[in-house]
Amino acid sequence: MTDTKINSVNDDEIAKFAAMAEDWWNPNGKFKPLHKFNPTRLAFIRDNVKRHFGIDDNSQPLKGLKLLDVGCGGGLLSEPMARMGANVTAIDATEKNIKTASVHRDKMGLEIDYRFTTAEELLKTHKGAFDVVLNMEVIEHVNNPKEFLQTSLQLLSPNGIMFIATINRTPKARALALFAAENILRWLPPGTHDYDKLVTPNEIMDALSIEKSLKITGPIGVSYNPLFDKWSLGNDTSMNYMVVAER
Amino acid sequence: MKSDEVFDVLIAGGGLAGLSLALALDSAGFKVAVIDKLPPVEMLEEKYDGRSSAIAYANMRMLEVLGIKDKLLEFGEIKEILVCDGKVKDGAQKGGARGFTLHFDEAEISDSEPLGYMIENRHTRLALDKAASLRENITRITGQSYITHRELGDIVEVEISDGRKLQAKLLVGCDGRGSKVRNNAGIKTNKFGYNQTGIVTTVKLEKPHNSVAYEYFLPSGPFAILPLPENRASIVWCEPHAKAQTIVKQSKEFIEAELQKRFGDILGKVEICAPVFAYPLSMELAADWYRPRVALCGDAAHGIHPVAGQGFNLGLKDVAALAEVLINSRDVGLDIGDEIVLEEYAKWRRTDTMMVALACDAFVRLFSNDFAPLRLIRNIGIGVVDNISPMRKFFCRHAGGDVGDLPKLLRGEELV
Repeated sequence: MTDTKINSVNDDEIAKFAAMAEDWWNPNGKFKPLHKFNPTRLAFIRDNVKRHFGIDDNSQPLKGLKLLDVGCGGGLLSEPMARMGANVTAIDATEKNIKTASVHRDKMGLEIDYRFTTAEELLKTHKGAFDVVLNMEVIEHVNNPKEFLQTSLQLLSPNGIMFIATINRTPKARALALFAAENILRWLPPGTHDYDKLVTPNEIMDALSIEKSLKITGPIGVSYNPLFDKWSLGNDTSMNYMVVAER
Repeated sequence: MKSDEVFDVLIAGGGLAGLSLALALDSAGFKVAVIDKLPPVEMLEEKYDGRSSAIAYANMRMLEVLGIKDKLLEFGEIKEILVCDGKVKDGAQKGGARGFTLHFDEAEISDSEPLGYMIENRHTRLALDKAASLRENITRITGQSYITHRELGDIVEVEISDGRKLQAKLLVGCDGRGSKVRNNAGIKTNKFGYNQTGIVTTVKLEKPHNSVAYEYFLPSGPFAILPLPENRASIVWCEPHAKAQTIVKQSKEFIEAELQKRFGDILGKVEICAPVFAYPLSMELAADWYRPRVALCGDAAHGIHPVAGQGFNLGLKDVAALAEVLINSRDVGLDIGDEIVLEEYAKWRRTDTMMVALACDAFVRLFSNDFAPLRLIRNIGIGVVDNISPMRKFFCRHAGGDVGDLPKLLRGEELV
């Protein structure tokens, strides 16, 4: 494990991060939209990885695969991926997220290599090291999405599969996904997202076009049905969407 | 059982809900244990539970998928439901009550399925027990009670009466109305009584019942005649507590005479053929469905008035929803004892349970009195429902449990 192991932190710090972990893992807390959406995107990732690698095993479908979770936050994706058998490395540019995720990982008795670092830094030691790279709800928070995606591609193994999920830069997304989620539904703290930093599907395609042989699927729309309080996948990419890139 | 064994799911209570849940989860490969204080054979005796349950047709599909239906020794079918709002003397008139004001029959919903089924609870238990004993991976811990539990990070540790400590990812309280699991989890209930006791027994009828269920709304409380095999019927007869206590102490002949007054002569002579039980009626709803690593299911989550026969039906719907949520969550790598997962289950069941509980409550309050204006309103109300076919169809489908976002088991589909 890395230098972020929690025994290097004092007790007050651990208590603080344990409280934050409670926040991250509270189904009715401030990360409620991620929890609601999680089963849908987890199944999407699992099914695509199984198809890509021709996997038949249902009990541990990701067994033996090296997976990188970029911008892992409290570990909401990393933990299920580890339970499905993946060998998970998870990075976040915010140190408190890494500490929070580590506290929760230990409580759950899982093995996940959490690192306080960036994709660019990791590339120095892990070029082409990951069978699966997850960029879920993260490119809207980086300074240069194009460079970031190209760095992510370099972390991917020669036969790997990469997932990208984000919010589209449309007036509708601004009105609904951002304003409603942050201010009306109180799903996310106000100011979580910056409209100008949102990325369109075309911008993602452009960044990925650096590698001509990539097989691109998407954009696949992700929409929320308030009547049934459920997320589903479909054609409407005007708000949340996902893209899959395969080698 | 190895001492260090960790179960996926520990079920406290091996009754109707507990064993159905065990069967559903076992078929999806979960490692399940059921703790029950009674050895199975005792539960099958008639004196343990004299009740019968109406099983909605959607729930019968579920019993079929779980391999329970074909283990049932016998069950009755409900092909028609006649609802009558009348006084006792009306029921005694020749040709039946003063006119059945509301009429549902199976032709309203489908050609092949009856509106519902009637099963004596002891038969359901026997069938569940047989089905469960065929599954070698279900661990049955009988003759032991659940004592307490505590959450230990990624597992829950459960202490049972012989002092053993068992570990699981999730504990499910299927331990009925007085649920100890619920109490130990610190989940409060909202409870209120009806000042009514349900007198329950089984009778033999002289004339054929033709699979018709009768529900009379008498001023003192609902009175239901529910068709069983061999031309018998299950009786649910609600009276104020004091009167009910007096009635059950009387001779068989006295009670038969009282029943005969309420039956009228449409089914001929009525003869009691089983013990007479009395169950005080109350509604008790848990304030929440879960705590970390603990979920409630069946009567532990909601005890409702039996007027519409929805108690066991609600329990089966809980089982179907919980099993499906746990399977889907496990299959995407989520922790099945996590609140995130249990909230999905609660979300699915919360509204439906509240609607059914409120409807049953309103039904009882509306019908259990002899206040003239209310009588008029309910007669008009019943007339309206009976005259409008789509509305009647809605009521039939609702009674059949075939509405809303149905879990797979209730659609008659396999879980995996």
